[in-house]
Amino acid sequence: MSEYLNPNINDAKKVLFMTLSLLFFVLIGAISLAAAVGVVSSRHPVHSALFLLSHFVTLAVLYVTLEAQFLAAIQVIIYAGGIVILILFVIMLIGSEKIEAQAEHRSWTPYVGMALGIVLLGGLVISLMQGFTGIDANASLVQGGDPVVVGYELFTQYILPFELAAVLLLVALLGALLLARHPAKLKTESK
Amino acid sequence: MVPTSYYLILSAIIFMIGAIGVLTRRSALIILMCVMLNSVNLTLIALSRQWGNLNGQIFVFMIMAVAAAEVAVGLAILISHNRHTDTTNIDEINLLKW
Repeated sequence: MSEYLNPNINDAKKVLFMTLSLLFFVLIGAISLAAAVGVVSSRHPVHSALFLLSHFVTLAVLYVTLEAQFLAAIQVIIYAGGIVILILFVIMLIGSEKIEAQAEHRSWTPYVGMALGIVLLGGLVISLMQGFTGIDANASLVQGGDPVVVGYELFTQYILPFELAAVLLLVALLGALLLARHPAKLKTESK
Repeated sequence: MVPTSYYLILSAIIFMIGAIGVLTRRSALIILMCVMLNSVNLTLIALSRQWGNLNGQIFVFMIMAVAAAEVAVGLAILISHNRHTDTTNIDEINLLKW
């Protein structure tokens, strides 16, 4: 974001900008982590879904700070607007008290799960830090990720994956329709 | 500008939380809700800024399309199975288990 600032701006202002953006990142990251913990740990599935919604929104904010404005909008529209609503509908169909009643654990699984998760985190941090200590973020990304630039890339270089994604979504739509159909209705129609 | 490694650490922690959720929760619906794909998206976007090209963002776009398809089909399977056996507990969904 430093390219928005005047070149003759003084260093104190730059330091202030750095500190503020770091503060913003820490705040949003903390909310995001808290929401993720809430998704995993809350007893009530509706609470899980609402925590998931807030997690998606904070991730969209993080995408904006990473200059991916188009993906931030897509994140809110697809995930927050589509997937969370779908999950809430399914919770309503199945019945949340039924999901809740099945949530008890075997006694040892939480400990094993947490130990494996911490091992995973350690491995990820060690392997990432070896590659990324001392490399500054590339400030030359002037174009960012606004819809024009992403759309240009998507419809020129990546046109085939884009079309395949459309086919995939169509197949998923038909598959979901077929799977969730009532079996008795299916039988009477096939006669 | 916040360094890219901070974003990578954040997404590693989110991935860890999602993995712990998948390992410890028993309800198939909660497992579908775990947040691992999003942390990968965050990683890809952070690296896309780091190296100054848009390929990572295009990849995230494709991942979002696949995630939407995955959730739709997964929830349809869940509803269909719930209709037959009246459970969403993955310990009891063991018909194909050897």
